[in-house]
Amino acid sequence: MRRLVNFLVTLFAVSIIVFAAMNVLPGDPALTILGLDATEDALEALRQRLGLNEPLTKRYFLWIGNALTGNFGISHSFSVPVSDLIIERLPLTVSLAISGMTCTVILAFVLGVFAAANHKRYGDWGVMVISQLGIALPAFWLSILLVLLFAVKLRWLPPGGFPGWENPTDAIRSLILPTLALSLVQSAVLARVTRSSMLEVMRQDYIRTARASGFQRSRILWRHTLPNALIPIVTIIGMQFAALVTGTIVIENVFYLPGLGKLIFQSISNRDLPTVQALVMLFAAIVIIANFIVDITYSVIDPRLKDRA
Amino acid sequence: MLNKFNKPIRVAIYASIALTMSFSHLFAGSSISIGMQQEPTSLDPTSDATASIDGMLSHNVYESLTTVNESGQVLPALATDWQVSPDGLEYTFNLRKNVKYHDGSAFDSEDVLFSFERAMSEDSVNPTKKIFKPIEEISAPDSHSVVIKLKKKDAFFLFNMAKGDASIVASESSASNNEKPVGTGPFIFDDWKRGDRLVLVKNSNWHDAQSVSLEKVEFRFISDAAAATAAMMAEELDAFPGFPAPELLEQFEADPRFTVTIGSTEGEVILAFNNKKSPFDNLDVRRALSHAINRDEVIDGAMYGRAVPIGSFYPPHGAAYVDLTNVYAHDLDKSKELLKVSGLKIDELSLRVPPFPYATRSAEIIQAQFSKVGIDVKVENVEWGFWIDEVYKKKNYDMTIIAHTSPNDLGNFARGPKYFYGFDDPAYNDLYAQIVGEADPEKRNELVKQAQRYLTDKAVHGFLFQLPKLGIFKNGIKGFWKSAPVLYQPLQAVSVN
Repeated sequence: MRRLVNFLVTLFAVSIIVFAAMNVLPGDPALTILGLDATEDALEALRQRLGLNEPLTKRYFLWIGNALTGNFGISHSFSVPVSDLIIERLPLTVSLAISGMTCTVILAFVLGVFAAANHKRYGDWGVMVISQLGIALPAFWLSILLVLLFAVKLRWLPPGGFPGWENPTDAIRSLILPTLALSLVQSAVLARVTRSSMLEVMRQDYIRTARASGFQRSRILWRHTLPNALIPIVTIIGMQFAALVTGTIVIENVFYLPGLGKLIFQSISNRDLPTVQALVMLFAAIVIIANFIVDITYSVIDPRLKDRA
Repeated sequence: MLNKFNKPIRVAIYASIALTMSFSHLFAGSSISIGMQQEPTSLDPTSDATASIDGMLSHNVYESLTTVNESGQVLPALATDWQVSPDGLEYTFNLRKNVKYHDGSAFDSEDVLFSFERAMSEDSVNPTKKIFKPIEEISAPDSHSVVIKLKKKDAFFLFNMAKGDASIVASESSASNNEKPVGTGPFIFDDWKRGDRLVLVKNSNWHDAQSVSLEKVEFRFISDAAAATAAMMAEELDAFPGFPAPELLEQFEADPRFTVTIGSTEGEVILAFNNKKSPFDNLDVRRALSHAINRDEVIDGAMYGRAVPIGSFYPPHGAAYVDLTNVYAHDLDKSKELLKVSGLKIDELSLRVPPFPYATRSAEIIQAQFSKVGIDVKVENVEWGFWIDEVYKKKNYDMTIIAHTSPNDLGNFARGPKYFYGFDDPAYNDLYAQIVGEADPEKRNELVKQAQRYLTDKAVHGFLFQLPKLGIFKNGIKGFWKSAPVLYQPLQAVSVN
């Protein structure tokens, strides 16, 4: 209950901030749509049609009233309901975020556990160097390199675009490179966290006892160390998920994918207030929900936390 | 795997595979995938100025009364021919017969009346409503002719009527054209995945359908120049007729798979001075700054040498062009001298530039060039929405760099003090009124030349270069315009070999 109230209050605050920011930002949606040759009367007619001449507070309350009933208004630049635009593009961005997250977690666990197991040996140093590189590389640059190698040179995968889920093989093929680009950078951070958290746990007495009792090395690593090292890792995953969702904005532009990231980018330049408003709210909601899931995961990982809460 | 069949069946299978492959090859030959940098937000050119709407749909899906060819000459389209009254005020258009809209409804003079009245009405949101302003009255004597009476003579009227803004739409479909365009042209709208692609298919009912060789046209939206390069290199695309990045052209020129064309657009790139504001209200200052510009250096640095310099506000490929690039030749001594003559002490000027590579790169070079005459230029890179509001609308700027992409836009200088140039000159307004009123092309060209000289003499802006049209095509693709006299690109003559 307390969480739900927090959720609503946060969304409400976000809505006010976005509304204020978009109105303080210099710009004129009518002029953006009709261009520099437009006559004054045509601009005026369009402003009237878009309701831009109404006072600010009235526009805000009108918007919030409609939003509460699930009506997010009509996009200024596309002239179709904002909800249609979002529904159209949600599947791609969600697919990308899920595949990116999965790939990130798998890569990070494998690398992190491997590094921890080989602490102070070549394997560890190798992973550290690679992850340092991964953190230093900008995602868009890495994307371009991936495209040049796998799409232009080897022709294994398409350089961008998304054919839609009606065509599953092509859809998956077109998501491979963006997923890699998204997750390589993210997993670099996560791998380091996994490694250090694992090392921390490995220093604990119970691990030493387990070793002394003659348990198998891999069993100690995966059964006893990793689960106990998860709390800090899950915290970082939660934060990374937010970064991943916003990271799709860059990735969708480089791979020309018609997702939400590209839509928000375009809507901000077009000063398409209803669309920006709805999208920022959506992104905020996703981040809040991700944090909520992280909180729940804590008590699953460590049941003692549930009793404390 | 096929070995488990006996021989005749195997032969039949191989033959049918070969046959399907050859047919699919034939089909692939008549479809094309075209890269577009700008993604449209609407598909209705009569209510949204986004250039890619015209670029994809005007005269492909939609048609207007007239059209133009690559050199800008007016040709018949939905009007097969027209008569102009001796006083130049009355146009009688004869409309093409047996034309049907893509939804099956018939085209006649009612549609023309509807389209014009819609564009001219009080609540019209037509992006170039001004091209309809000279119209006094429009009427339809019968179902296949239309008479348009003008208030005053307009030499550009027939050219303007070819624009996408003057598309003839049907009353039944006009409201949904933003999502599902219905026109009379050689291609029918098939599908639009917003942000991704737009697909057209051939209209076999078009009056000259046998001349159209493409069966299917797919436009792909790729705004990022590096992504566009990769898509061309990976042969995801067949053509990129408006390639955004001159710096990336070289690798295509070196690649035997591609043909590169460098043509011209109607876009004059100017270093705009806010003429109303001090020190730009001083003619000596404007002349001094014009002398401080080294155009060749700007073109080399900002356009990698792929542009033609201009000395006034008129495209070098135009019929009435005069070369005025030597009037303010690059001359630092003269520039300093003129600054001294003006008696003004200018230390610092601001240069607010929109987020287009040609503009941001030019700005840095201008900054370096002006520092040589002792002027410190502060470059502010601003976002497009900011530029539109602060620079264009509120005229809150010293200098800016912008391309004016409309054809016949000498009229910009006659838009009075409210326009962002801040240039208001009764003598020029008279001259422009004469240009618009002159029906004889020879005489009109003379006046246009006079206007170019006048603007250069007044050094209204720093005139930099003509924006090029860079095209990259896979070998065997023919029929694209090298230069663009208008925003649209008819595809009826395009073929894939």
